[in-house]
Amino acid sequence: MEGFKHLIDVLAKPTILVTFTFVIFFFIFPPSDWFDKWHRRLKFDALWGKKSLIIITGLLIAFFVFGLGDPDFRSIVLKPDNVPISGLIFLVFFFTWLSMSQAYKNDELQEAGKPVDEHYDAPNDKVLVWPDLVYVELISLVLCSAFFLLWSIGLAAPLEEPANPSESPNPAKAPWYFLGLQEMLVYFDPWMAGVVLPSLIILGLMAIPYLDNNPEGAGYYSYKNRKLSIAIFMFGWLVLWVLLIVIGTFLRGPNWNFFGPFEYWDSHKVEALTNVNLSEFIYVKWMGTGLPGNILLREIWGIIITLGYFMVLPPLLAKTWLKDMYAKLGVARYSIFIVLIISALTLPIKMYLRWMFNLKYIISIPEYFFNF
Amino acid sequence: MPEATEKKTATIAPSSPPPAALGKADDGSGVTRRSFFSWISIGWLAFVTATGGFFTMMLRFFFPNVLFEPIQTFRAGSPDEYQAGEVDLRWKGKFGVWIVRDDEGIYALSTVCTHLGCTPNWLAAEQKFKCPCHGSGFRKTGINFEGPAPRPLERYRIVLADDGQIIVDKTKKYQQEKGQWGDPEAFLKV
Repeated sequence: MEGFKHLIDVLAKPTILVTFTFVIFFFIFPPSDWFDKWHRRLKFDALWGKKSLIIITGLLIAFFVFGLGDPDFRSIVLKPDNVPISGLIFLVFFFTWLSMSQAYKNDELQEAGKPVDEHYDAPNDKVLVWPDLVYVELISLVLCSAFFLLWSIGLAAPLEEPANPSESPNPAKAPWYFLGLQEMLVYFDPWMAGVVLPSLIILGLMAIPYLDNNPEGAGYYSYKNRKLSIAIFMFGWLVLWVLLIVIGTFLRGPNWNFFGPFEYWDSHKVEALTNVNLSEFIYVKWMGTGLPGNILLREIWGIIITLGYFMVLPPLLAKTWLKDMYAKLGVARYSIFIVLIISALTLPIKMYLRWMFNLKYIISIPEYFFNF
Repeated sequence: MPEATEKKTATIAPSSPPPAALGKADDGSGVTRRSFFSWISIGWLAFVTATGGFFTMMLRFFFPNVLFEPIQTFRAGSPDEYQAGEVDLRWKGKFGVWIVRDDEGIYALSTVCTHLGCTPNWLAAEQKFKCPCHGSGFRKTGINFEGPAPRPLERYRIVLADDGQIIVDKTKKYQQEKGQWGDPEAFLKV
């Protein structure tokens, strides 16, 4: 048992957990034909069958039941703040499964030359508001009200002592829906992590389905018609949003250190996290000359890398790896698409650089409040 | 306007006599054009005054009646009360200041994290200030070395009064990244 808990703690280390997620993700949600081939070869398409739903839900429940026997896990999971996140894990899995299995079913129907499932709901492309829509809404309204009533009676609001500016709770966690943002704030300057990146990620998630001007797959669940759009959306939603919330809830402990789910929250846990800016890497560690006094000279490497990333990478990709997509989307759509994607990707890149090399900022000009 | 009325009367022949009200207006006993304009002017004036007054009151509401301004300058006892190598926490709750004494002297650090303004904790065993919000860490000198904090903690003006007591003045702050820590009042030599 202890061995298993220890294994989970090791697997929950951010580098391992996130690397595993990244590697496996695009085989589960294949963005291209090549990935799709491996997706089927690795039998990941069985994930969206009825058997998988039962097995995975069962495993998740078993894990939580097992975990509740552990005092450290129990204290995290049963905190009223964190109960929604445990629920979110189940709900996100269930609804992802529901839509994906429907999409796969429709894909198969289309391949067989039959109309998709939604066709039978609305043969004339029309659904009546009453009773079709209103009935469903009424029932879910009643059920949700009853559920939240019971929840609010059963789990008291986690109120704390009056706010005191000279004493921050340790760890000081944002409300659960902001934990993804709080996680981003660890890696970027506040204006980047709090304003620019969230706006870009939200805009990107909203825009990417429209940037794909493929008329097929609209109005019904389907995967194969919109592989890339769905894969990217799922990446933004499941990895850059939900996973960060789960990490923030279960894996961040006192002093905002990483803790495994079965690890004791020791506020004196010692972790070597001494951060180094790129300029210090180059001038102090590699060249051994010490930082130049001129700000521009000091940060020139970071500026070159950042400009290269944003200005050179998009055309380079258009010529090579994303050639087909560039031809399909055209200049305008492609530019919007690629800028959104590479901006969103700065988050995981920066997370890795921090974890692997303790890199703090690529460009660091604290004199003018500019850090990137 | 007269052209329009002419046209109207020219094209549509009245099939009945004009309504009674129109005739009345003409003889000056009811609402005339002139009186209409004075009434509407008064109405508008009243409306503008009322809404103007309302918005003025609303604007006033945004400004507090009482301004709570905590004391910015305080006496922190004599330098002998502080031990070399120690971070003193006694002014943290009241004034938001850590007083640190090293081998050469005393300085006053702000307790506001330079990342997003939480209050870090002094961890004596690790000899660092650690912020519980995003994990920024600062050395005893206030230099940032862990987490996302972009710049070191700020220092406050610290001087000796005539009676030998330390005075910490929070209205003046010194930032390391601007090279202000070398200022003689950012550091009290003992």
